Amino acid sequence: MELDALILSRLQFAFVIAFHIIFPAFTIGLAAFLAVCEGLWLWTKRDVFKRLYLHWIKIFALAFAMGVVSGVVMSYQFGTNWSVFADKTGSVIGPLLGYEVLTAFFLEATFLGVMLFGWKRVGNKLHFIATCAVAIGTTISAFWILSANSWMQTPAGFAIDAETGNFYATNFWDVIFNPSFPARYVHMMLAAFITTAAVILAAGAWQVVRRHEEEPTRWQMRMAVGTLAVLMPLQIWAGHWSGEIAHEYQPAKVAAIEGWWETSEVQPTILFGFPDEENERNIAEIAIPGTSPYLFPHAEGPLEGLDAFAEEDRPPVAIVFWSFRIMVGAGMAMLGLGIWGCFLWWRKRIDKPGLFHLLAIPGGALGFIAVITGWVVAEVGRQPFTVYGQLRTEDSLAPVSTGQVATSLIIFMVVYAIIFTAGSIYMARIATRGFQDDAPEPPEREHRAPGSPLGAVEEPAETGPRGRKPAE
Amino acid sequence: MELDLPLIWGLLIATAVMLYVLLDGMDLGIGILTGFAKTDDERNLMTATIEPVWDGNETWLILGGGGLFAAFPLAYAILMPAFYLPVLLMLAALIFRGVAFEFRHKAVRRPTKLFWNGAFFYGSLAAALSQGLILGGFIQGVTVEGRSFAGGPLDWLTPFSLLVAVSVAIGYVLLGACWLVLKTEGEVQRRARNRGMMALIGVAVCFAAVSLATLSIDPRVTERWGFSMAELEFGKILPLSPIPLIGLVLTALVWRDLTGKVSAPDWRPYVLSAGIFLSGYLGLAVSLFPNIVPFEVDIWQAAARDNALMLMFVGAAIMLPVILIYTGYVYSLFWGKVDPDEAYHD
Repeated sequence: MELDALILSRLQFAFVIAFHIIFPAFTIGLAAFLAVCEGLWLWTKRDVFKRLYLHWIKIFALAFAMGVVSGVVMSYQFGTNWSVFADKTGSVIGPLLGYEVLTAFFLEATFLGVMLFGWKRVGNKLHFIATCAVAIGTTISAFWILSANSWMQTPAGFAIDAETGNFYATNFWDVIFNPSFPARYVHMMLAAFITTAAVILAAGAWQVVRRHEEEPTRWQMRMAVGTLAVLMPLQIWAGHWSGEIAHEYQPAKVAAIEGWWETSEVQPTILFGFPDEENERNIAEIAIPGTSPYLFPHAEGPLEGLDAFAEEDRPPVAIVFWSFRIMVGAGMAMLGLGIWGCFLWWRKRIDKPGLFHLLAIPGGALGFIAVITGWVVAEVGRQPFTVYGQLRTEDSLAPVSTGQVATSLIIFMVVYAIIFTAGSIYMARIATRGFQDDAPEPPEREHRAPGSPLGAVEEPAETGPRGRKPAE
Repeated sequence: MELDLPLIWGLLIATAVMLYVLLDGMDLGIGILTGFAKTDDERNLMTATIEPVWDGNETWLILGGGGLFAAFPLAYAILMPAFYLPVLLMLAALIFRGVAFEFRHKAVRRPTKLFWNGAFFYGSLAAALSQGLILGGFIQGVTVEGRSFAGGPLDWLTPFSLLVAVSVAIGYVLLGACWLVLKTEGEVQRRARNRGMMALIGVAVCFAAVSLATLSIDPRVTERWGFSMAELEFGKILPLSPIPLIGLVLTALVWRDLTGKVSAPDWRPYVLSAGIFLSGYLGLAVSLFPNIVPFEVDIWQAAARDNALMLMFVGAAIMLPVILIYTGYVYSLFWGKVDPDEAYHD
């Protein structure tokens, strides 16, 4: 394939969005976890929850900063590289993104300041409200962006202007709550909680293996395995719900996911194989025949294979096929970790190092792997369209030169490599150090700015009521 | 009465960009000033004055960009490819600046600490300069064919845009220095006053130069201000003259406050400097209105459909006051001088 502005822009979009999604997926879950910890602390007054909160908020601050800076890039990508798409769809999905900024971004960004630096100045209850505001903000943000993306998958409530060829909304309710949105929103929110649980489990397992676990470690391990064991089955259901809707509205995507080349009344479940797009078959296929009536019970008529679509209307099969299997594999592995962990918890062996802990440490990456491959399935599976069935990717491109896009792609790769490496090291350092650094005594002074929660709880009321200094 | 929604949205986005300039411009100015900090303590104190609020400040830029996409998709679709490289530079710079807020405190070894301090300084400087390049390129106008940008990748790079870039960076330094006057005391505050005065001289020279250059950039601008080829039209000049005059008066007042020879409340230099920016901004608005892609597309041509603008107008009418209230609340929460004993000092 020739490296032109189109393919480079697609690579760049894939790269910056895959990099970006890592952080929201983690911070959505972590914000909720922090809200739960702080709430439990206020409710039970047990010190262990405060220590959990103060530990994970340090990682949250780093992850959130990386999510913000990589997110700003996204709000300009549509214009710099996909300006025709922006011009054509602005009147439909523009308001959704506008609402995301107005209802979520300001809420998150503003109360993050209170969450990180304001404990001394607002008191416990207001601080808890700030934490909740951030957590709610991340949820609202996901609502709007999933709605906009789902509209690109299953466009509804729109018409096309005859003169300009631009989309416009005929019914915004139908635009926002387009057919695939509810399932995909639930699927993504669960993915975020599960991803975070896997990371929290991995950090706890590390501390257990290194034999410096403390009470907060034991709590976070139990909370994580419990979350995985409860949410993973729900996630499998949500994923399946999403798949059924995709089958109804985007049958080509499902055909690529399943590796079905021929349309048939009954389709197999292909476990393994190498899709061969040239000869329209799978090499070395291992399949369970006759499963489709159970997996797609609501489907009417024959199940479309890729042969039902003109070659220029098919997504790249191998990428979608394999990404889907990696996602499912990662999900199953996390389900396994959750059930195994709960079993060890029941047998009272979860705090003793073992094979489970050794596997759970690399298992911290499973959620991210599932999130990224899952988004690859969704986005590559939508190809060759940006707005499914309506606007082709090749017709969405901005009038930019190959040289410009090559430059920007290289710069983004270098910049993201630097900040990703540094950020991962700093986060891993905090997570693996565990609760040693904020042990009850001696309180190592965290050099935060005034009013920081990290300084605040160790030295309450040191500078008078709430530490507020009088204004000039 | 029919609402002129494109006009309302033009004003709303202009306001968002203005708030971005006043709030994150000050953050970027402080970022540039950290490059001239004498000690690590001074640098940490400087960043501590904005750490709780920078994230919210930067969100106005997302509202500016996202709002442009949502309300004026055609303008967004033309302007972003036109400024591809400076937008890229700005984003890369903002990435380094943003993560450096956190990372510079997490670095353990000296070289990495220096790297993130450098990332904070150069990131702030490059972000300010690239915003100036975009503004300069915007004022001088872009080439459009049909519904697309049709110029070259380096059209934005001219002596004029370079002048605007330097002006914006110096202007941000002035805002940053004035914020430091408000938030610090003692030696750090004294140095902030000095740097603020130096920046103010630069602002006076640069803003005057940009104003004059803008007048000659397009005959339509010249005409709008009443300086047509043949004669001066005082009927046009006089009603507009308060805009530059107020800018001049405010410049003198900020100078007086920064010298420290008169007793002025510490918030006044910042507020008056914001006034200087506002007069410059109004001057630009007068020059360019109603163009949203100078001098090719106006706000009514670029606007999204009325039902999209109406939906967002309802959202903005409810949410913007709420945002302003809680933003104000958070600023008031962190009101007062930053305590050096409590600031980061690794």
